Amino acid sequence: MTLTSVVQLYVFVLACFVGYLVITRVPPLLHTPLMSATNAISGISLVGSLVAAGANLSRTATILGFAAVVSATINVVGGFLITDRMLKMFRHAEPSAASSPAPGDRKREG
Amino acid sequence: MREVLTQATYLAASVLFILGLKSLTRPDSARRGMQQAAVGMLLAIIGTLLHREIVDYRWIAGGLALGTLLGYPLGVYVPMTAMPQRIAISHMFGAMAATLVGVAEYYTHGAEIPGPKMAALGFEVLFGSLTVTGSFMAFGKLQELIRGRPITFPGQNVFNLALFTVAAGCFAWLIGHPGATAVFYAMIAIALVIGVSMVLPIGGADMPVVVSLLNSYAGLASSATGFAIGNNVLIICGALDGGSGFLLSILMCKAMNRSFRNVLFGAFGSPVAATARTAEGLTVKSVSPEDAALQLAYARSVIIVPGYGMAVAQAQQAVRELADQIERRGGEVKYAIHPVAGRMPGHMNVLLAEANIPYEKLLDMEEVNPQFASADVALVIGANDVVNPAARSDRSSPIYGMPILNVDQARAAIVLKRSMNPGFAGIENELFYDAKTAMLFGDAKGSLVKLLTEIKAL
Repeated sequence: MTLTSVVQLYVFVLACFVGYLVITRVPPLLHTPLMSATNAISGISLVGSLVAAGANLSRTATILGFAAVVSATINVVGGFLITDRMLKMFRHAEPSAASSPAPGDRKREG
Repeated sequence: MREVLTQATYLAASVLFILGLKSLTRPDSARRGMQQAAVGMLLAIIGTLLHREIVDYRWIAGGLALGTLLGYPLGVYVPMTAMPQRIAISHMFGAMAATLVGVAEYYTHGAEIPGPKMAALGFEVLFGSLTVTGSFMAFGKLQELIRGRPITFPGQNVFNLALFTVAAGCFAWLIGHPGATAVFYAMIAIALVIGVSMVLPIGGADMPVVVSLLNSYAGLASSATGFAIGNNVLIICGALDGGSGFLLSILMCKAMNRSFRNVLFGAFGSPVAATARTAEGLTVKSVSPEDAALQLAYARSVIIVPGYGMAVAQAQQAVRELADQIERRGGEVKYAIHPVAGRMPGHMNVLLAEANIPYEKLLDMEEVNPQFASADVALVIGANDVVNPAARSDRSSPIYGMPILNVDQARAAIVLKRSMNPGFAGIENELFYDAKTAMLFGDAKGSLVKLLTEIKAL
């Protein structure tokens, strides 16, 4: 085992701990946004895809990289947008909120 | 210098991602936190574009443009009811990116890849490709492109186990012999089949577990990508994603009273062998919308229990309007949310928040259960198994031990239900025969509209 892979293992284990501590504190209320948020964040595989698509190593590698860039970008763009859309719906009770729906976020299905 | 700059953006991105997830612990900080995480993503992308290995930007630009074009509608136009399948399909894209990067790496370096790196690469494509097809199957089931019921055949578990053994064998062989190209591609093919056969026997109600588990796999695959191409930000994000998916699937299993093994190999929804007490000789008290409206109008505290039936009927808005009417008359309304009330973790909260219900009123199970005893009316809308007292009392019941909402402890219960058909698990529900319970039969939305008209006329 090389030194690099040992360091990588350190990073992985510590990230797991941080993740565990943070995620266990997310209330069930926000579990769906949590899932879409981790999805958006996992779009970070884009950084690997970009290198594969742009390194010009071979036709095949470039096309594989291109497809990877497309997939990852879908998750980044769609993931952050939908997470934001969900989170902006979670609102406080207003003192006299009963009948006036918040502007800008009406229900689509009517 | 360039390399340092790239690494600095990765570090910044990692920190912003962790802070973003941390912001999700509170609804009022969540939005801003996630916006900062998006900035982190942008930084990481810019940092990567400076990478010295990148010499040609044409394919990159095309890929980014096409991905944005496809991703935008998936973020903006998908209705909240379709969130479970939307999330399932995005696990597919995430896993696909990881797998493709892995294949590109293998295609380029092949036999020169040293053992440890090959281990990471093998893990990446193995988990990546089974998540691709598994997520697609989950998407198909949730979108009802394929039958939601479990699909089983004799010897299924043996078949799956055999496939998995062969794939693991390929993986082990590759670590010793990275040049075995045929074995590498065979492993991918087998993993793709595993993904399909893994999800086939799993029924609709178990989907929260499967979707969470696939989330975890997609995360692990991208973490492995990080190991394979030596990129720490990928390792970190993959670990966060994998960890979160894993934790959520454990939570879902607990909420459904099932073990992992049971979900993955059990094929729930097949006929229940030891059916609990049957309903013979018991009578159901049915109630008219007028009487139910009267009961709700004069209740001081009402707890609404929304189930998947409410979401299917698209009745969230009607629920809120009814709650508004009750509140206008001085009653207090809260919502009791069971962890598996929707088709994915937390789904019901999103649907109710969309109908403009403030989140303070959405209470989770632990919080709301002690409050039922002091509630005048519990209004159950399209929920069944999660309010079945047999889970507490009847040892022979298949749902015995499952955590439930204590609707039977409320002073009175009104149940909105289409018919007396048993719920997903096929179990009779004693709550419906309780003397305190009144049944209001009909489509959830139709009944709510009737209740609204009556309560307004009072």
